[in-house]
Amino acid sequence: MEAEPGLTYVAFFAGAIGAVGGAVAVIALRNPFYSVLALVVHLVSLAGLFLLLYAQFVAAAQVVVYAGAVMVLYVFVAAYLGAVEEPIWEPIPGQRFLAPLLAAALFVELAIAILGTGLSALDSSGPTVHLGFGSPAEIGNLLLERFLVVFEAASMLLLVAAVGAIVLAGRQREAER
Amino acid sequence: MDITWYVVLSALLFAIGAGGVLIRRSPLVILLCLELMLNASNLALVAFSRAQGNEDGQVFALIVMVVAACEVVVGLGLIVAMFRRRLPLNVDEMRDLRG
Repeated sequence: MEAEPGLTYVAFFAGAIGAVGGAVAVIALRNPFYSVLALVVHLVSLAGLFLLLYAQFVAAAQVVVYAGAVMVLYVFVAAYLGAVEEPIWEPIPGQRFLAPLLAAALFVELAIAILGTGLSALDSSGPTVHLGFGSPAEIGNLLLERFLVVFEAASMLLLVAAVGAIVLAGRQREAER
Repeated sequence: MDITWYVVLSALLFAIGAGGVLIRRSPLVILLCLELMLNASNLALVAFSRAQGNEDGQVFALIVMVVAACEVVVGLGLIVAMFRRRLPLNVDEMRDLRG
């Protein structure tokens, strides 16, 4: 059930350009509101790449949970804060020059590690997978059988985060009175 | 299409996110850059899951999404609390915990 190789390349590079462009735009745009919108572009492109890797359910969750719900939260907060001005002065001399240099060094280091790795599975397009690989049914089975403890821990973590957010907001209201 | 392409792309996205954390000073944009880094790791996890031919990596990616959602909730709550107390929304001026 392999797609045509040329078509896969086109889809990959379309997704990759969207993802990298969105990521660069997040950093480069001055207005946080536009940064959030650029992140939405990035996330949707990533969802396309997930589809290329046969991760249907993860792609759907990416669009629904991330690009849908989490980004709406970001948009609300960005609109609530308004335009935040970032000062021009640099607390560390040469930070604007050093930071991209460090990021580039990190990328080069990671790329060398990936290209020089002995993991032979990376040099292929992956094994042939059965029909339904990455489908909601299979992921659900894994979550409720093999990874049940992880699943419950995740729900506990979400509960703690929700309570924490309420505590953060509620204490504030008391202080204002 | 080699899996290596995907992993190198994820390394590039991670580096962009790390650079963003170092360059920008608005806490909101720094949170966005953290999202970039988490998503880069998600891409690597899904790519490895494809290379191995089993779905464990995809479950891992979903759990990373849960952790990212928690981080967003708490982080945005902190930013809103900072804004309401009229604290400067600049990570370099919030340095009371500095050693």
